Amino acid sequence: MASESHAHEETLALREQFETEAQQKDASTLGMWIFLITEVMFFGGMFLAYTVYRRIYPEVFALASSSLNVYIGAANTVVLLCSSLTMVLAVRAAQLGKTKAIVAFLILTLILGGVFLGVKAYEWNEKFEEHHIPGASFHFEGMSPDQQAHAQLFFSLYFAMTGLHALHMIIGAGLLLYLIVHARRGVYANGYDTPVDLIGLYWHFVDIIWIFLFPLLYLIDRHMR
Amino acid sequence: MSAHVDSVKTYVLVFLALICLTVATTAVAFVNLGAFSVVAALGIATCKMLLVALFFMHVRHSSMLTRLIVLGGLLWLAILLLLTLGDMVSRGWVGVPGR
Repeated sequence: MASESHAHEETLALREQFETEAQQKDASTLGMWIFLITEVMFFGGMFLAYTVYRRIYPEVFALASSSLNVYIGAANTVVLLCSSLTMVLAVRAAQLGKTKAIVAFLILTLILGGVFLGVKAYEWNEKFEEHHIPGASFHFEGMSPDQQAHAQLFFSLYFAMTGLHALHMIIGAGLLLYLIVHARRGVYANGYDTPVDLIGLYWHFVDIIWIFLFPLLYLIDRHMR
Repeated sequence: MSAHVDSVKTYVLVFLALICLTVATTAVAFVNLGAFSVVAALGIATCKMLLVALFFMHVRHSSMLTRLIVLGGLLWLAILLLLTLGDMVSRGWVGVPGR
């Protein structure tokens, strides 16, 4: 029920309850950031658990971390950073309303995200073969039984944190597919770029989580070996 | 509609800086810096986070309210981490599961 002062034709960029397109965009952006802050706190709990246990068992954490492949981890970081670049270029294309460029950059982002997940799957499979999965069959060469128990803490945190990061990537891939389908229909051709922008924020947030996970999980005291 | 459209050049430069920092953090991990290795790792990660947030997530063009929300979130994260670590460091009797 539009009041007289609010009466305007409803579009995707300007819903009935908003005065101007800029106001609607600001509200959407703010909402997305508040969601991302809840995600920061969600991952923050795991980063805290990691910090506490690394402080209690520094040697075991360094030893367990050294079994991860730094070069694969670094390469995967580069892949994810590339996907962030293509994502931000898709957002830029959406700001300019260039449908073909939006679709192309979104597809590139999706492919790079897929590469990241593929590499992650390869790394996880390696951990399964090395018996580095916490549980009854856990075994880490050259550790005392006490240390074996503590190393399982490291790998529990490793799988929880990279696993939840990967889950966020999978959700992100689903969101990218949604954007690609809509972009192809020309939904973002006329200056309405909010969904691309907000999913871009989500994608970059997931990138930031990995930016912290990589040094914390892969790069503990490498000079010791 | 969007007030600020950054140039492709800006994004590519930020991306190259991020790649350089990734190489730097990997290389510095093999150098013995003692207790400072974790400082170096987190310092570089924080720089990368700032680059992504300011440029890719457009915080430098956002409204004051959005910036306030971002800062507030980081403040809350700092409370979570610092107060818990404060307890760990200063109160030996605080129990931790698994120890």
